[in-house]
Amino acid sequence: MNEFIEKNLGVMMVLIVFLVGFGGAVEIIPLMSQKVVTEPIEGLKPLTPLQLEGRDIYIREGCHVCHSQMIRPLRAEVERYGHYTVAGELVYNHPFLWGSKRTGPDLARVGGLYSDDWHRAHLLDPRSVVPESNMPAFPWLFEAELDLETVPLKLRALRIVGVPYTDEDIANATQGLEDKTEVDALLAYLQQLGTILKERR
Amino acid sequence: MSVFVVAGTLLSLAACFLLLHLNRHVRKPGQTTGHSYDGIEEYDNPLPAWWYWSFVLTIIYALGYLAYYPGLGNFKGLGNWSQVSQLEKEQKLAEEKYGSIFSAYGAMPLDELAENSKAMKMGRRLYANNCSACHGATGTGSFGFPNLTDEEWMWGETNEDIVTTITHGRNAAMIAWKDILQPQGVVEVAEYVSRMAGQEVDEELASKGKAHYQTYCVVCHGANGKGQKSFGAPDLTNEVWLYGDSRLRIQDVISNGRNGVMPAFKNKLSGDKIHIMAAYVKSLRRDS
Repeated sequence: MNEFIEKNLGVMMVLIVFLVGFGGAVEIIPLMSQKVVTEPIEGLKPLTPLQLEGRDIYIREGCHVCHSQMIRPLRAEVERYGHYTVAGELVYNHPFLWGSKRTGPDLARVGGLYSDDWHRAHLLDPRSVVPESNMPAFPWLFEAELDLETVPLKLRALRIVGVPYTDEDIANATQGLEDKTEVDALLAYLQQLGTILKERR
Repeated sequence: MSVFVVAGTLLSLAACFLLLHLNRHVRKPGQTTGHSYDGIEEYDNPLPAWWYWSFVLTIIYALGYLAYYPGLGNFKGLGNWSQVSQLEKEQKLAEEKYGSIFSAYGAMPLDELAENSKAMKMGRRLYANNCSACHGATGTGSFGFPNLTDEEWMWGETNEDIVTTITHGRNAAMIAWKDILQPQGVVEVAEYVSRMAGQEVDEELASKGKAHYQTYCVVCHGANGKGQKSFGAPDLTNEVWLYGDSRLRIQDVISNGRNGVMPAFKNKLSGDKIHIMAAYVKSLRRDS
């Protein structure tokens, strides 16, 4: 049989696909049926259009390359960052922004941790508030205005993958965004991150 | 769904064992496979015994693992282990080990705590983790973030005030005056405020500014400019200027207002830790 498979690439390919597919299915399919993974936690709301724009700036500037958004259930992490991340907080994340590397600190619960003024000073010149920081400055965010044309389209796209935006949300998507700069959007996004679960320690 | 996972996992193990077993014996030992690469041939021998048994051991290990840890569908495992239960166990151990230290310091009066070098070592770490991003590693603050080592306490300097500030945070609220005062009015008020702080000023502008000041600013900053700590209106007569003391900086503050925010730590840190942090903040002041 070994020889037969080795000498018939078509059969080998089909068997490999089957094997990898089966392995993947064993890991993935059971998760789909678990409520703890698929249902939002209490109080979770979809991002507002301004926050959503902020999220896209977060992705565009590559924040997720140096900052994770995933607090693992380990004591040292919970001690430093707060309640460990749960799946129900992230059901509206498309794509997820867990990241995989912490050059900077984890941001999963950065919401409310610093004032808006601090974030502005820090994004304009990180060294002005944290002298030893090696984060790049993002001065252009303070001038660039939002591209409002794509906002309703983004909401609609997210609705297709399961984020519960209403028709009204989509119709009013650009309301109040006219005079906002990119830094306003980014701050709106950052300041809501992980604010639902609170834990004193 | 659970059955699907259990069956899948166990079948995989069985298949591994079967594959291993079928490879244990070959039809004709000592024969080559028939492959020949540049004249190098390959024997078709069974697996070495130690290798075979090592594989068997890993399968037995897997069965033991699946019995103890969660892995078979909804079966929680005999050890009842989960990520969260492990975390809670660690937290409980830490609480037993460190909890009494924190509660002992939490019960000590703040002034006494500020003299306790061991507690202040903890305070310094708490400060570094929670406060230094805004107030600086040494507590000297920066533009827009108060210096904790000087004489000025915007929100009060009693022990209770400091604990309240850390626990509940503070929201300063100075509105933007540019529409009310108009650009000329802003210049005049800035001139008058600078005179309060003892700077040299244009007296004519300052006297016009005084009239505006007494109409609009006096409510929060007081007639003598001494401010009001209960809502964080700063003293305008000293040398401490959170947003800079140049005429342009002062004009900017008056024009655009300021809404400095100190975040609340009540959802983040226990009361004992806030108590230790407050004592550390006090010690910063004393050391200067």
